[in-house]
Amino acid sequence: MSTYLLAAVVSAHPTIPDIVTFVIAALVVLGGALGVIFNSNPVHAALMLVSTLFGIAVLFVEENAQFLAAVQIIVYTGAIVVLILFVIMLLGVDKREVVITDTFKGQQYYAVFMGVLVLVEVLLLARSNSWITGAKSTTKALSPTTSNVSQLGQSLFTSYLVPFEATSALLIVAIIGAVVLARQPRRNQSGGLENGETNDFELDDPGTDPASADASLANEEVPVKSVNTAPKDEGGQKVSDAENELGVSR
Amino acid sequence: MSIEPSWYLTLAAVLFSIGVIGLLIRRNVLVMLMCVELMLNAANLTFVTYSRALNDISGQIAVFFVLVVAAAEVVVGLGIIVAIFRRKAGATADDAHLLKG
Repeated sequence: MSTYLLAAVVSAHPTIPDIVTFVIAALVVLGGALGVIFNSNPVHAALMLVSTLFGIAVLFVEENAQFLAAVQIIVYTGAIVVLILFVIMLLGVDKREVVITDTFKGQQYYAVFMGVLVLVEVLLLARSNSWITGAKSTTKALSPTTSNVSQLGQSLFTSYLVPFEATSALLIVAIIGAVVLARQPRRNQSGGLENGETNDFELDDPGTDPASADASLANEEVPVKSVNTAPKDEGGQKVSDAENELGVSR
Repeated sequence: MSIEPSWYLTLAAVLFSIGVIGLLIRRNVLVMLMCVELMLNAANLTFVTYSRALNDISGQIAVFFVLVVAAAEVVVGLGIIVAIFRRKAGATADDAHLLKG
């Protein structure tokens, strides 16, 4: 196995299977990415994200980063996307929605223009020099004979021990932050919020006092219903259809 | 294993741009979070490609740390989204512009 890998690393020209693998994985990656941004249903967008992440994992294997490919699938598709899907389904936003909403006039054109500008800039910068500059093997050279996992482990627990420990602090902070954010505010006997509790993310009505938060929540259904049952005249059919779709997603 | 690194770098640049466009045109916070994941993955692909091209393990270590940061980012981001949706069902990114604590 290791001799096979060694031979594959040394060979200079891309073989046909390599090219076929790359092209298929690249198509899966790009198709999935386009699916994420153009799917009207968030659940389908999350599933498209899975295909992108899987394609990236295939490319990692193609580049001899086997451990990262495994971690990519386990952590990204196994944990992160599942977490996103959990939240989508818990919040009940797994419905069709308007994909492109203009916050200001012509926003999507500006957005595509900016995206293409980013791409052109990156490619120009890469082409103006050669693609790859810089010294080779400054920290630790890749060894074709030892396994990818042991190389990563050796590097991680010697040269990169301090950043590795710092990530544990980061994870603790993230866990505490998630618990604090997702916690329901405690209520006292009279139904109001306790002293010192703030009414987080009051979006509707900046002037409401915390005690009436429940009332404002209960009233939220009303505008949605009025949008859905709005009378449709023939001329305004398209507009009210769009509003209906918006109403479904809200 | 010897496809030109420039192919991978171009693919990563295109993927990053798709992430940027998605982040700018979508208003659903969950989909915007997925677009951030796309951009992080494009960066990861670049890191691994340079790791191979420069024959250096550090690029793969960087990807390892990006994975940890991405996990933390998703957890905190989803916590914020759940807190927002508890106050207003179906909130989009435009509804959360007040930043009122």
